[in-house]
Amino acid sequence: MSQTQSLRKRLIETPPHWTTMLALAVLLAIVAMALFAPRIANFPPTELNAMMRLKPADGTYWMGTDSFGRDLYSRVIHGARVSLLVGAGVALGAILIGLPLGLLAGWFRGLDAVLMRAMDGLMAIPGILLAIAIVALTKAGLTTVIIAIMLPEIPQVVRLVRARVLATRSETFVEAAVLLGTSPMRIIWRHLLPSTIAPLIVQGTYVYASAILTEAALSFLGVGIGTETPTWGNIMAEGRLYFALNPWLVYWPAIVLSLCILSINLLGDALRDRLDPKMKGRS
Amino acid sequence: MTASQPGQPVLSVRDLKVSTMGRRPAEILKGISFDIAPGETLCLVGESGSGKSVTSLVTMDLLPRGELQVTGGTAALNGEDIVSASPARTKALRGAEMAMIFQEPMTALNPVLTIGLQMDEIYRAHTKMRGPDRRSAALAAFDSVSLPDPARIYDSYPHQLSGGQRQRVMIAMALALKPKLLIADEPTTALDVTTQKQILQLIRKLQEEQNTAVLFITHDMGVVVDIADRVCVMRHGEVVETGTTGEVLSQPREQYTRDLLAAVPSLTPRRARAQERHEHVLELLEVEKVFEFRSFLSKLLRRPGHRVRAVKDVSFRLDRGRTLGIVGESGSGKSTVARCVLRLEDPTSGAILVNGHDIAPLEGQTALAPARRAVQMIFQDPNRSLNPRLTAGDSLIEGALNAGEPRAEALARAGELLEVVGLPRDALTRYPHQFSGGQRQRIAIARALMMSPDVIVADEAVSALDVSVQAQVLDLLAEVQARRNLAILFITHDLRVAAQICDDVMVMQRGEVVEFGPAGQVLSDPQHDYTRALLEAAPGRDWDFAKGRRITEPA
Repeated sequence: MSQTQSLRKRLIETPPHWTTMLALAVLLAIVAMALFAPRIANFPPTELNAMMRLKPADGTYWMGTDSFGRDLYSRVIHGARVSLLVGAGVALGAILIGLPLGLLAGWFRGLDAVLMRAMDGLMAIPGILLAIAIVALTKAGLTTVIIAIMLPEIPQVVRLVRARVLATRSETFVEAAVLLGTSPMRIIWRHLLPSTIAPLIVQGTYVYASAILTEAALSFLGVGIGTETPTWGNIMAEGRLYFALNPWLVYWPAIVLSLCILSINLLGDALRDRLDPKMKGRS
Repeated sequence: MTASQPGQPVLSVRDLKVSTMGRRPAEILKGISFDIAPGETLCLVGESGSGKSVTSLVTMDLLPRGELQVTGGTAALNGEDIVSASPARTKALRGAEMAMIFQEPMTALNPVLTIGLQMDEIYRAHTKMRGPDRRSAALAAFDSVSLPDPARIYDSYPHQLSGGQRQRVMIAMALALKPKLLIADEPTTALDVTTQKQILQLIRKLQEEQNTAVLFITHDMGVVVDIADRVCVMRHGEVVETGTTGEVLSQPREQYTRDLLAAVPSLTPRRARAQERHEHVLELLEVEKVFEFRSFLSKLLRRPGHRVRAVKDVSFRLDRGRTLGIVGESGSGKSTVARCVLRLEDPTSGAILVNGHDIAPLEGQTALAPARRAVQMIFQDPNRSLNPRLTAGDSLIEGALNAGEPRAEALARAGELLEVVGLPRDALTRYPHQFSGGQRQRIAIARALMMSPDVIVADEAVSALDVSVQAQVLDLLAEVQARRNLAILFITHDLRVAAQICDDVMVMQRGEVVEFGPAGQVLSDPQHDYTRALLEAAPGRDWDFAKGRRITEPA
């Protein structure tokens, strides 16, 4: 029954749970924050003010200032730009590369053996180590960071798509297509690709969230984007040194980061429940 | 526990109503009533959607929560209403007082526990027996359902048993605590006919020994003849007709019952059709198919793997306009033959001549294109053979587009073909889920016809359909065949269907052809033991559905 319902119908038919609406609201707020960062910031995020170092929050500095006297509030909302951009870049990139590989691996059994062993190899290396290595070998910048975080995420996408393809190709409508003389590429495009879309959207949200987290970790470790661009990770890294003096230097970016990850994951769970009702209630 | 008084029915259903939950509730059962006396078998018959399975679920208090609810009426087991009883009470009743067996025994058994452990659980939950007693009780129960070597069965896992053995285990479990009522929901539908016969006999025997009341749900009129004392015909959530088996089958009062009975194909082969010209469109020469399972290590060491000869030395000729039936039970290799003909499997050796050209050695879609056009297939389950995401039109024209036909032309032709198969032209823009099963099978037939094939392979093409729909689809196939002079290769396990549509019949057993000849000859005067066994196991074989009486002498 669920398969015959259109994607749109399943997404729209019933009103979502209030937690989902809340998560959506939080995420939209963060996205708006990132988009309008220059307008809603009180100061340029990199403006130094030696007189105003490590000030507590007040009417001018809503979240206080850091050790260089920069306005923390302005830095945190600018940090959202990098995080969201990295998340989007990684999720889109991983899907764009992983989807075709998974489709081909699922259909062509010979390719499958080779490709999946390569993916196993990639998965055997801890993602963050691989990312650190890639960033360390090249110049750290937005693109490098995106690629470095994306690479370890690709095997997950490939495996997901391949699994869907393996399940769908045993359906008799795929055999019927073979008998109608449909070429393999067309079978993949018309009959196999559509069944992978729903789980991919869900997987995309998880990749998005984990990419934001990994980026923050890289920045925190000092191998991410340089400190001239504020990111939640490097704000926390800098704030860590003054944690005893003003813990809010770490708390503020951490709170926003957690809220962002939490709402993306909640939205992902809600999407999964909608798109794949069988998985409801599992984590 | 209420002691059953003499004369009191074991199960008494009164004015039972069930509807779906949600904003727009639909009535599934519209007030049905029936009784089952001790030792009696009541058959609920009806087509899909008639509400027969829902009835059994109410009785077992197993309605899916949040989806279906009882809105009125009672279902009393020994005078105690199940509908109003507490969940704890019905749980205690299940197993002890009433038990159920299902269609697919594999899904009803836990695959990771041994049979013995699962049996043990029943005794543990409902009795105070000690370990060794429980074990010996289980072994005795296995013995009573004629399972060979009960001790081995006890330690086996479900996948190590055959389908028939699993169903025997299910019966042993259901009857372990000697329930007053046994509910059997299509218990033999997934089994081969010879196994089905044994299971039906077993249920009969145990019922007589324990004086159990049986509520037997089936769609198969033949099974009704073999097992029922009384019949309850259901349609759209209502009881259409109730009576003793003899009454209902020989003097049906309602038109619907008459239609149902008329739709049951006769086992007596139809008269042979005259054949004017002999023009072979499909010829198989000594086709063999060996499946080989080899682990990676054995491949590396070039050790031979585990080999299964699924098809052994099969040869036949099929002429234009004729129908050849391949009959046999599961595992006989009949489907593998079909899949080789279609080149969905690669034959290991032998030749497959389509219009005189051997297609066995061809590789790749381009090389196979002419053969793909000439040989088309109709699959068993029309729910799965049409892509749910494509409109009927898109499914129909897929092959034509592959052949390079312009879209508009193909769509026009598809519209015409839809009318040929009895569907309106505007069905082109609808999705598969908007059609009934029979309509979907019509679309599948139209899709095959779009390729203007010479041969149609129909693999159990009507097995998933209700009898009345089955008859219509078979009529359609016959009509299309006559009009287009098509050859049909009809794969089926159902001898009744084979008897009505085939010119020739090939009987297969374990990959080998055991008997091959004109349908009239093979089915009325079988030479091989296996063919005889198959015919004998056909449910309701001693009942003439058209005349409504018992067949006294073999025709």
